[in-house]
Amino acid sequence: MDSLTTPLLTGAATGAILLIAALGLALTFGQMGVINMAHGEFLMAGAYAAYLTQQVIGNADVSILVALPVAFVVAGMLGLLLELFIISRMYHRPLDTLLVTVGVGLILQQAAKDVFGAQGDPVSSPGWLDGSIGVFGYNWPYRGLFTIVLALLALGALAAVLKYTSFGRQIRATVQNRDLAETLGISTKRVDRMTFFIGSGLAGVGGVAVALISGTFPTLGTAYIIPAFLVVVAGGLGQLKGTVIAAFAVGILTQYLTSWFSGSMAQVLVFALVVIFLQVKPQGLFTVRTRGLA
Amino acid sequence: MSTSTSAASRIKPWLPLLGIALLALALLVIAPAMLSPFRLNNLGKYCCWAIVAVGIGLAWGRGGMLVMGQGVFFGIGGYAMAMHLKLEAAGPGQVPDFMQLYGDGSMPWWWEPFRSPVITIAAIILVPALVAGLLGFAIFKRRVKGAYFAILTQALAVVFATLLIATIKQTGGFNGLNNFPSFFGYSLYDPVNKKMVYLIAAGLLIVCLVIVWQINRSRFGELLVATRDAEERVRFLGHDPANIKLIAFVIAAVMASVGGAMFAPIAGIISPSDVDAAASILFIAGVALGGRAGLFGPALGALAVGYGQSTLSERFPNEWTYFQGALFVVVILLIPGGLSSVLKRFRKDVARQTTELRGLTVTEPPTEVKVHG
Repeated sequence: MDSLTTPLLTGAATGAILLIAALGLALTFGQMGVINMAHGEFLMAGAYAAYLTQQVIGNADVSILVALPVAFVVAGMLGLLLELFIISRMYHRPLDTLLVTVGVGLILQQAAKDVFGAQGDPVSSPGWLDGSIGVFGYNWPYRGLFTIVLALLALGALAAVLKYTSFGRQIRATVQNRDLAETLGISTKRVDRMTFFIGSGLAGVGGVAVALISGTFPTLGTAYIIPAFLVVVAGGLGQLKGTVIAAFAVGILTQYLTSWFSGSMAQVLVFALVVIFLQVKPQGLFTVRTRGLA
Repeated sequence: MSTSTSAASRIKPWLPLLGIALLALALLVIAPAMLSPFRLNNLGKYCCWAIVAVGIGLAWGRGGMLVMGQGVFFGIGGYAMAMHLKLEAAGPGQVPDFMQLYGDGSMPWWWEPFRSPVITIAAIILVPALVAGLLGFAIFKRRVKGAYFAILTQALAVVFATLLIATIKQTGGFNGLNNFPSFFGYSLYDPVNKKMVYLIAAGLLIVCLVIVWQINRSRFGELLVATRDAEERVRFLGHDPANIKLIAFVIAAVMASVGGAMFAPIAGIISPSDVDAAASILFIAGVALGGRAGLFGPALGALAVGYGQSTLSERFPNEWTYFQGALFVVVILLIPGGLSSVLKRFRKDVARQTTELRGLTVTEPPTEVKVHG
């Protein structure tokens, strides 16, 4: 029983982090067609924000709760600056934004190395997350549960914003038909900017969760960025539920494959499965249907 | 039209050949005469990267496919060659040294064919063609979009490097394969043979340039550019864009593999860090710098980045990373046509320049009108 439940529970925690990272990616990719390869570095920025908050506050019990909004704003501001100075100038060249953001990611990673050192920095988890809960004989640490709760909260907040606020309606209108939204008086430029802020901020929140599990280090984002992109690709764009299903599927599947074969073999197989899956659903799980040719 | 302009227009298609000849002269005659063996060997490394870049220029610059995982094919060629050289060094019936060091001294079955030089060379061409063909077929036939393709190729590079690091007993793991005393029977300790290996690599670069020059002139080359600029129109004209892209992707993969195969004996090592996602991105940096859509831009850009990489990265590793990041931002943002487009701006009139740039920058065809409702 243990070999069956352990990967399920650890995989769910991995999937939760992937979900937070992929939500931001799917948002910006879906709306603007922009692939932000620096998204992993925003995750890293969020993790360092958690580390610094803890240095300032000291009390681990409180600092993590303060770190969440701090990380959201720090990563969000980075995203906002990126959009303002670089991406807004190249919306007609989606593939090129991918390369530019690769460059930005390299710079951010090196900057983190220069400021904080190449070695990792620990982030101690709060006392109220120390215990574990027994599930089918497996002691599931509260931290894993916390990650999942955090991901679901982020998902719920994002879904609520998209569904019920007027800003959310503007985002959805821009995703579905940019020109028509513009005609209706929506400033798509402003919507793009805010979407980038929110999407990047979500990465920061994900970074806090990662920091609790593995501490912070400059190359932290690189481990998550490719799986997060695979989640976006498999989940499809335009609807959150595809991202949710794909994130937990990739997270849990990776853990099962790791326990059956090895960590590296799991990566190979997950990649192969995503390519095979695209044969069945080239647009991903769910997508906004249009009569467009592309 | 005066006779002089018509004569000029008749010469014009052959100008690239003149450029190739000049490059051949520089690489094959002048460089070996002027440079010390050490520097010549370094130039050989840059030539290997330039071979990869020529392929990327075809797939990305001409075909609009951002290939972010060329390190995989570079690695396939490099490891195939390295395996042969290791087996050659071990002698008939023997097992490479590192397998006794890390493992129990038994050799995996798939190493055995690489004892034969013929099979090794065939594998350097065929294996990347097969891998690129399968992946490209799966992606292009289902019309998976450009960005997805780029992500999937990069994911492939990540997976490939992880797999190599994990299989220390079979591939040398993190350290890779190194220490090759001979190259198809010729001792690599002899400077004359070392120079010969350089000349082969530089010669292959010239060959690849000639191939891409001919492809660019052919009907296929025109179809490839047409697919890049307006895929749907090409489809409506009765061509299958998937096949066109597939062919360009396979050619680029084989070129990357050839570059890798020559890299192993010249550098004396092939390891996961030569083929991982970061290395794959560095390949693109050279192409972007030189100018992706031209014939010479990718090769010259790769030579320049290669030079920068090996001279600056050792002395100023941190600054080099910043520079590399800034290179991507500045070049792609401000001069998407690369340095060759800047040079062209001095020569050509502005009107022509803008039409060329337009072809480069608009990746979504303007004809795709989305109809809702």
